[in-house]
Amino acid sequence: MKRLLRGGHLVDPLQGIDGVRDVLLDGDRVAAVGQDLPVGTDVEVIAVPAGCIVCPGFVDMHVHLREPGQEHKETIATGMAAAAAGGFTGVACMPNTQPVNDSAAVTRLILERAALEGTVHVYPIGAVSKGMKGESLSEIADLRGAGCVAISDDGKPVSTALLMRRALEYAGMFDMPVIDHCEEPTLKGEGVAHEGYIASMLGLRGIPATAESIIVERDIALAEMTGGIVHIAHLSTRQALRGVLAAKSRGITVTCEVAPHHFVLTDERLTGPVSYDTNLKMNPPLRERADVDAILQGLRGGTIDAIATDHAPHQADEKHVEFDRAPFGIIGLETAVSLTLDRLVHGGVITLRRMVQLMSVNPCRILNLPGGTLRPDRPADVTVIAPSSTVTVDLSKSRSRSRNSPFDGWTLRGAVVATIVGGRTVYVNDGIPAAAAFGLAVARA
Amino acid sequence: MTPETTDTTTPLPAAVPDEPPIPANRLRRKDLVGIAELSVEEITLILDTAVAMKEIASRPIKKVPALRGKTVVNLFFEASTRTRTSFEIAEKRLSADTLNIAASTSSVVKGETLADTVHNIEAMSPDLLVVRHSSSGACHFLSRICRAGVINAGDGMHEHPTQALLDAFTIRERKQRLAGLKVAICGDLLHSRVLRSNVLLLTKMGADVWLCGPPTLVPAGFERSGVRITSSVDEAIEGADAVMMLRIQLERMLGGYFPSLREYFNVFGMTPERVQRARPDVLIMHPGPMNRGVEIASEVADGPYSVILDQVANGVAVRMAILYLLAGGVEHEAVA
Repeated sequence: MKRLLRGGHLVDPLQGIDGVRDVLLDGDRVAAVGQDLPVGTDVEVIAVPAGCIVCPGFVDMHVHLREPGQEHKETIATGMAAAAAGGFTGVACMPNTQPVNDSAAVTRLILERAALEGTVHVYPIGAVSKGMKGESLSEIADLRGAGCVAISDDGKPVSTALLMRRALEYAGMFDMPVIDHCEEPTLKGEGVAHEGYIASMLGLRGIPATAESIIVERDIALAEMTGGIVHIAHLSTRQALRGVLAAKSRGITVTCEVAPHHFVLTDERLTGPVSYDTNLKMNPPLRERADVDAILQGLRGGTIDAIATDHAPHQADEKHVEFDRAPFGIIGLETAVSLTLDRLVHGGVITLRRMVQLMSVNPCRILNLPGGTLRPDRPADVTVIAPSSTVTVDLSKSRSRSRNSPFDGWTLRGAVVATIVGGRTVYVNDGIPAAAAFGLAVARA
Repeated sequence: MTPETTDTTTPLPAAVPDEPPIPANRLRRKDLVGIAELSVEEITLILDTAVAMKEIASRPIKKVPALRGKTVVNLFFEASTRTRTSFEIAEKRLSADTLNIAASTSSVVKGETLADTVHNIEAMSPDLLVVRHSSSGACHFLSRICRAGVINAGDGMHEHPTQALLDAFTIRERKQRLAGLKVAICGDLLHSRVLRSNVLLLTKMGADVWLCGPPTLVPAGFERSGVRITSSVDEAIEGADAVMMLRIQLERMLGGYFPSLREYFNVFGMTPERVQRARPDVLIMHPGPMNRGVEIASEVADGPYSVILDQVANGVAVRMAILYLLAGGVEHEAVA
């Protein structure tokens, strides 16, 4: 089936396009991009509504889908639905499931479940170490063969410098990135909030910025030593960002991502309006103003490669407890695009073109995925956004199985209009009347 | 049986007025979760009300009917003798019906969540919950989910507002003011909820607050709270009007915050020699329980400047004031 997205404003940095183009999709591939493409009789024509931006599909490279093992928090199906509603055509899922994704069997289970849903792409990330115990390497070639796109022990750092060295060396032969959750465990201790004035006044144990930067520096040194590929997950501090900038300027292969909550919120929020809100507890924690300012600078300047949500679903009862007893993490798939448009694009920090780099081009490049552009013959994965449409976050309508977000009720400028994966529409925003043009695919190919 | 004999309240002798001579005022809030939320006016109201309450302790019959018919639950998820006893005496002197629940005897050990435990207690319609909990912010959490008022009797490392209020009462009773006084607070600053409440209260009331402790036990970024921080005891207590010692919890030593109790006492312990640097009428204070020979020498704890037992006595009056202003105020005024 051919579908023509007609007359939309296409932002595709890899093709150098930022203007009105038709995009012709043929099955699961892009067939052509151009102005006033001819319309054949076998083509479904979709007139892209005014005010919409057509982008290569966004990929969230840091998501916790919780299945297998913690289906009360999220399932692969609900996580994929949330991703589609958030404008993501693909998600990379972290291995800290139960059992851990440290074997081809678990990877295949994830991919089979995802295939049953048949909506967004799911790219499993395998564990660096067996059982994520930080002792010995998991069977990385096997994981890769089964479909893993990267390795990580996310939730905790790669335990030792030696294991990180081995992982970089070994995964390097497949050009697989090692994604590290950078946090020195003894400095973190029992910390639950950013170490500083706010945590001190609230009597919360602190997680110092240095706990992050010291491991970032370790990983950079090991990347330089081994030539391996390091990707820093959810970078949150100015100190770590400074390290990444210096490493990049020395030509070391290191990339990094930031989560929307780390460029939208600071630790001041812990004092109210809802003090000790467990939906403000995540790891890394909300940092201070100077860190947020540095991250905004890194997003603007190019030091930061990707925006990734660290979507971490937790069931309501698990969060309805004392702050220090609550699990870390918030959901993020359905709010990331609106937060990015509102705070970064409308906030004058970045352009739409840069947003597409952060949410599509670079995640695909880092994970060696075929998307990131709507060049002919590439996947027909498209995210359509309406930067000027206003949305109000309503968690009760979330597709995720969990509701742990601090953004409920926030009104943001910038909306997802439709999500197209493999040429099929997998999400249409029914809050935007014009979005109906994209039609929801009824039958599966 | 007459109603009088079934009433738990002792009938008041005719000579004693039914109403304590207290300001016809109240706190316009449901909870007292921290000093952070209180205005200077509210702090002053509590301290002024406590003056009237203290008088009751000197009566032959130490009881007034202000909280008759009110139910107060003392919900202690963490061990406490002093604070719980103080609250209980305060409640009984105000004729409230009181109930003590300790964590070890509660359903918490069976895995029940804090929210469920408290909802179960709330189903029995208490008016006030006095809560101590090892998690910072636990009282804020409960104040949002409870109909009853919540009084914070200590939450984790966060606040212990009634302690700070009784400390302020004790200082004000002796010095007639708080503004302009130099108050030094020495010890384990990092883990102390007494410290945080005192810093908030004393800086709000205009005192000059100095903190002293080993750098390993100083909370990050604390200078922003408007205090001076030093690791020199001599500098901290030089010319001080009041010196508060904070307990060194013996288990902290295992966390590697300092090498030994011996060394701690040598560097930071409050000795009679060090006290000489303070003003001649200095007040030596300690929220208890004390570790003699660790943070404070016995000669100082038992010495002429010590008001440590006054603090305990005043604790009852201050807690009576808080209970009255939160739960008793409205109906009391209506009766009057």
